[in-house]
Amino acid sequence: MSLAEFARRAADSDIWYSFRSSPVVVWATGVTLFILLAAFLSPVLAPHTPFDPATLNLMDALKPPVFFGDDADWTFPLGTDEQGRDVLSSIMYGTRLSLVVGFAATAFAMVLGIALGLVSGYVGGAVDAFIMRLADVQLTFPALLVALLIDGVVRGLISVQRHDEIAIYVIVGAIGLSFWVQYARTVRGSVLVEKNKEYVQAARVIGLSPVLIMVRHVLPNVMGPVLVIATINLGLAILTEATLSFLGVGLPSTEPSLGTLIRLGNDVLLSGTWWIVIFPGITLAVLVLAVNLLGDWLRDALNPKLR
Amino acid sequence: MTAFVLRRLAQSIAVLLAVGLVAFLLFRYVGDPISGMVGQDTSLQEREELRQRLGLNDPAPLQFARFVGNAAQGWFGLSYRTSEPVSRMILERMPATLELALVAALFAVLVGVPMGVWTGLYPRHWSSRLLQAVSLIGVSLPTFLIGILLILVFAVILGVLPSFGRGDTVQLGWWTSGFFTLSGLKALILPSITLGLFQLTLIMRLVRSEMLEVMRTDYIKFARARGLTNRAINFGHALKNTLVPVITITGLQLGAIIAFSIVTETVFSWPGMGQLFVQSVQFADIPVMAAYLLLVALFFVLINLVVDLLYYAVDPRLRSGAATAGARGH
Repeated sequence: MSLAEFARRAADSDIWYSFRSSPVVVWATGVTLFILLAAFLSPVLAPHTPFDPATLNLMDALKPPVFFGDDADWTFPLGTDEQGRDVLSSIMYGTRLSLVVGFAATAFAMVLGIALGLVSGYVGGAVDAFIMRLADVQLTFPALLVALLIDGVVRGLISVQRHDEIAIYVIVGAIGLSFWVQYARTVRGSVLVEKNKEYVQAARVIGLSPVLIMVRHVLPNVMGPVLVIATINLGLAILTEATLSFLGVGLPSTEPSLGTLIRLGNDVLLSGTWWIVIFPGITLAVLVLAVNLLGDWLRDALNPKLR
Repeated sequence: MTAFVLRRLAQSIAVLLAVGLVAFLLFRYVGDPISGMVGQDTSLQEREELRQRLGLNDPAPLQFARFVGNAAQGWFGLSYRTSEPVSRMILERMPATLELALVAALFAVLVGVPMGVWTGLYPRHWSSRLLQAVSLIGVSLPTFLIGILLILVFAVILGVLPSFGRGDTVQLGWWTSGFFTLSGLKALILPSITLGLFQLTLIMRLVRSEMLEVMRTDYIKFARARGLTNRAINFGHALKNTLVPVITITGLQLGAIIAFSIVTETVFSWPGMGQLFVQSVQFADIPVMAAYLLLVALFFVLINLVVDLLYYAVDPRLRSGAATAGARGH
């Protein structure tokens, strides 16, 4: 299929039509793309390098945003915090970190959930029973609680200094481990349906190994719902990271995500410096809202029953 | 009915045992259980004797059995951080969390259900559309951000409500209550709104969609044909039939309220179990974490059980269904 052919067919598709005809979804996509670009180009676009102590000047501390005070300064459009860091640049770098953690944790949960779901559905028996009971017990608890618990256990196993260095891996692991259940259940359900179909029997008859059958033949047929869950869970993963960082068990203040920025701003909130907490907060809320709207739309657009 | 209750009880106990196993593994193998009891100058031999005396050298299944036995009697050992008994630390902080969760749940139900009924009966009214839009934003805003915004508006700018703590409390036996003083009640307002807002939007959207569905059914048309008043139709016939899913979600959300009180309590420095849990995660205080885990599991299991039983009270179809199923079984 040539590129022109692909473009023509894409422009003709149902999904493109449902995308175009919903202004909310077009806006959500625009906002998401804008935030993605601003975040991942932050080393180029950000006006300051807020986490390089050499560039900070305490004389610039606690400047209000432009239009909100006499000593406001266009060098710092959204003001500065108590160490003279530019709030706008902090937000750009922080959003990048939040997005990286969100994507990585979602991918980790997806891979883990798919693997366990495939094995559970294809092998069956005691393995299936064990994995699914594990899923049941974990579902008893909200994901936030599970992530907190995993984080606490890791802290018990390693020293505190080491923890700051590997905090980002710990948090990706903790969030990933607390979100795998939904994928595993969905994949298992689809595998149970697929594995009795002729094409799987045919693959078995020509002597393919179970692993090859699962990955090459069954997996592509169960990926649709998995990708929808992943989109919806992305917003949730970003929120969970922000919540953990806000609680002080996520990313350290030397390498802050949006949640860490909100925690630092909240610590000085009572002194009336609202801009340190409000701007990262708005960014987080807008990002999650846009991603959630996209996820909801994708779920409905890919669901043939709703057409 | 009895068979159903017994089966659910057995499932609940299995879940509790599984969580207990996780708690035991944490308690026993993450960190050293005796490190909090010995000083720097305790000799290796004395440590070994202590291990022997505490049974830490016994086979693991025996230790697990002992752990379950102790937990059933409310003994979880000493905190690594404060060296106090874990059960006392949790018990001291439980009233604060339960009072907050109760008020938040009441707020969510008492405001959410009427809002859902209104938006379900008049979906095209401008106020319904406004409520829908606001609720979408409410779902996307993280709990801690709502708390911070409320503090900013009502404590920092307007200065009318306290931003942290429980205010004055009254001692009722071992229970400390904030319900009986003005400052205690004032201190409850912002945290319970923060905690209940997400559940409120959830309940509102649920009641709305259920109402929309029920209002289209034949028995509502028939009730109208019989000339019943709008009030009897809306509340006696329509609302009553939306209650089963609402009870399920509300019940399950009660567990979520207790879990998310972790966040709200941190924002408002509320001296409850959630704050204790966050502190123990920061300090890797494993005994407190293990005990909190078990306690939350117990809450969840109890809530699920009560929700299942409430179905029977609300939905007569289930009662007759279970009766016939039971008759067939015997």
